[in-house]
Amino acid sequence: MTELLANLVPVLAQEVSAHGDGGGPAWIASVPLLALFASVLCLGALFLGVKSKLPAWIVVVSLGISFIVTLTGFLAWQGTADDSGHLHAQLIQIYEWIGMANAGSGGEAFSGFFGFYMDGLSWLWMLFVTGLATLIALYASEYMEHDVGKGYARFFAAFALFVFSMACLVMGDNLLLLYLGWEGVGLCSYLLIGYFYKKPSAVAAAKKAFIVNRIGDLGLAVGLFLTFVTFETIQYDELFASVGSGVMANGQAYSGTWQSWLIPICLMIGAFGKSAQFPLYVWLPDAMEGPTPVSALIHAATMVTAGVYLIARMMPLFLADETHLALTIVAWTGAFTALLAATIGMAQFDIKRIMAYSTVSQLGYMFAGLGVLTSAGAAFHVFTHAFFKALLFLACGAVMHGFAGQLDLRKLSGLLSMKGWGIVSLTMLVGCLNLAGVPLITSGYFSKDMILAEAFVTPNEVIAGSSWIGWILLFTAGLTAYYTFRVFFRVFVGPEHFEPGDDHHGDDDDHGHDHDDAHSNGHGGSHDGFHPHPPRMAINGVLLILALCSFLAIPTYFVGKHHGWVGGLIHESSAYVPSEATPWLHHADDDHTGDHAGDAHHEGDLVAGTILGQDPHKAMYFISAVVGLIGILVAARLHGPAGAWGLGLGSRTEAATSRADALLPRMGPVARWAQNKWYVDEFYNALFVRPLYVLANIFHAIDKLLVDGLVNLFGLLPRWLAQSLRPSQSGVLHGYAVGMAGGLVVVLVIVLVLLFMGGGGG
Amino acid sequence: MSLFLAQLSTAEPIGGLTLAHFLVVSAVMFTLGLVGFLSRRNLIIMFLCTEMMFQAAGLALIAFGRFHMNHTGEVFVIFVLTIAAAEAALALALVVLLYRRKQTLDAEAWAELQG
Repeated sequence: MTELLANLVPVLAQEVSAHGDGGGPAWIASVPLLALFASVLCLGALFLGVKSKLPAWIVVVSLGISFIVTLTGFLAWQGTADDSGHLHAQLIQIYEWIGMANAGSGGEAFSGFFGFYMDGLSWLWMLFVTGLATLIALYASEYMEHDVGKGYARFFAAFALFVFSMACLVMGDNLLLLYLGWEGVGLCSYLLIGYFYKKPSAVAAAKKAFIVNRIGDLGLAVGLFLTFVTFETIQYDELFASVGSGVMANGQAYSGTWQSWLIPICLMIGAFGKSAQFPLYVWLPDAMEGPTPVSALIHAATMVTAGVYLIARMMPLFLADETHLALTIVAWTGAFTALLAATIGMAQFDIKRIMAYSTVSQLGYMFAGLGVLTSAGAAFHVFTHAFFKALLFLACGAVMHGFAGQLDLRKLSGLLSMKGWGIVSLTMLVGCLNLAGVPLITSGYFSKDMILAEAFVTPNEVIAGSSWIGWILLFTAGLTAYYTFRVFFRVFVGPEHFEPGDDHHGDDDDHGHDHDDAHSNGHGGSHDGFHPHPPRMAINGVLLILALCSFLAIPTYFVGKHHGWVGGLIHESSAYVPSEATPWLHHADDDHTGDHAGDAHHEGDLVAGTILGQDPHKAMYFISAVVGLIGILVAARLHGPAGAWGLGLGSRTEAATSRADALLPRMGPVARWAQNKWYVDEFYNALFVRPLYVLANIFHAIDKLLVDGLVNLFGLLPRWLAQSLRPSQSGVLHGYAVGMAGGLVVVLVIVLVLLFMGGGGG
Repeated sequence: MSLFLAQLSTAEPIGGLTLAHFLVVSAVMFTLGLVGFLSRRNLIIMFLCTEMMFQAAGLALIAFGRFHMNHTGEVFVIFVLTIAAAEAALALALVVLLYRRKQTLDAEAWAELQG
């Protein structure tokens, strides 16, 4: 098949072979299987009622081995470059999972393999998924310790199952396996958000996450069906070859058909659901009801980037639509979501919620990056974001763990100077610097700049309003810096003050684990008997490693010739945007440009955009740096402590009040609206949830009246019959006896009559 | 029918007794039992009456067994007697319990057990 295509379209032959299949080591299958095995072992521990930290160690060890296996496989893959330096995707098919003959209209067979498609994109995702999962499992071993023997094994079983699902999603070599993983991570997300199943808000959040995701999943499912109907394959390598050749399975040209824009739109809807983009973002902030390690791993670093992965993986399909309709929607939705979530994040008081909205906002950046055709920028931002956002969440989690569930930034202050909180405060500072995009010393700065610059580079003719997206994202960067440091200045510096939350489980060091009766709510506002317990080895160690990782991500930007290490991996994957699709770029170092220099000129009226007349890549280093620093300065002015570092910026002398409070009334309803999340939840409630409840009630009434009525009617008939016969049971013994005797007489008479009649006849 | 009646009278007599004699005694016993059961209200008497009907049926069975010169009827009666013994123990126990409840043996006392 590949040869045939090569003959048909000689230009694309290179692309086809670049993404063509090479074999790979089958032992890479041990990555998902180890996670599954760990999950099963934890389930066993759950049923055996293990009352130790055993489940945590099972998961940490098996995920650690998974990471080592992934790293080994990745290094082996790096050594398989061909003569021109290309790394081919490895296709490892374990067995045929679902096979059907004559499934398609043209007699084609449907076949879904349990197999892996390992290219730069899959390796990148697997490396940070297994790596972060190992670290966060280690963190959770301490964080979840007050649940040892109760929910501990359940937590780790779902945790490991999540890694299995994520591995299927990322490593799968076809859309069906991706769908399996997609639903699997959705299930694990549901299970873990609802981990505290006795808490009504957690149960509601879990249901909300599952149901909102269902809308997106429908899009993905329809996209999958359409892909099979159009190309009669869901196998990535065959799919990309077909898209590259521009011929559908029925032999007609793909370009310009209704499928060519509808398939990307459907896939995009799926991505919006899983990655919490407007209008389906509402589930993610509520998902913070789950334990913090879950928020860090699933709802910040890995699962929510599955949408980015899906679009990056399916980039050839998105690019095949020459109008770039889906990509334009992706870009604008991403930019809008980034701005919306940032404005909400500015007005929240729950530090974990603020981080959740910042995740939504940063995912918006990634989508905008994909939309403006920089899959490398988006992937790099996923990569850096995974570290620093996991770090931020875990630091918030350490605070929550130590202060009995207190997350209100008005009730915490000056943690930096408290004993035992130094590592948490410093690593939190590292995370905040990354999120705010402080120039030069943070990886978040470089990855964000890549997306911002490309938004200006991509001409407005290709992605409508691309430079506007750039300006929106730039403005959002300022807001991000502000709300990030609002948290830091309020919680970690300033006068020492804290009010513990109502989520006591006793001071572990002093009282052991008696948390069944000692949790009266009497500790609400007072300190009596409460000592915040600072984190120990596991939490501090993981925080330090993650902080280190977020620094180590900086040099990866400067290696290789395709926008750093991550860019190089994307270049060797289906997410790569080929130079034919970006004729306005003339990368001297791009090895494709040499062949197509001539082609580029006939589309020469497309020129790379500029920002204020300058080269966006160079200008953005300065502009975004200034914007970020302004955001931090504003935060310092409004929330900073008095007299800090001799700068005299801030004025806060008490924990709860700050200069920002005086500013709020002057902002009128805007602040109130932002604090209430722009009433989006209320709007959805009125528009969808209420009508659905009413509809459900109507159906319930119909079910009661019609269906139940019919069934009850059949039940009533024998009852009426019995009621009419009941009086014959009079209770008088002689009555029964007479009845029996009378019956006997009647039988006798009949017998005799018959006998005599028979006798008379004979 | 007439053939059957003729057989009854011409069967081999035992000491001048024919099958008809036994059947008549059996019928009389049964009728006495039945009448007693219907007319009396004392639970013990009613129980004795049922026993009498039992024995009437047994007598007829033995008579038929003899008449046909086989042991089927006798075997059957042995079974019935065994069952009747067990049943008598049970029934008398029930009667005692019923008496303890109401301090009377009158069957009418239990008329509230109605449907």
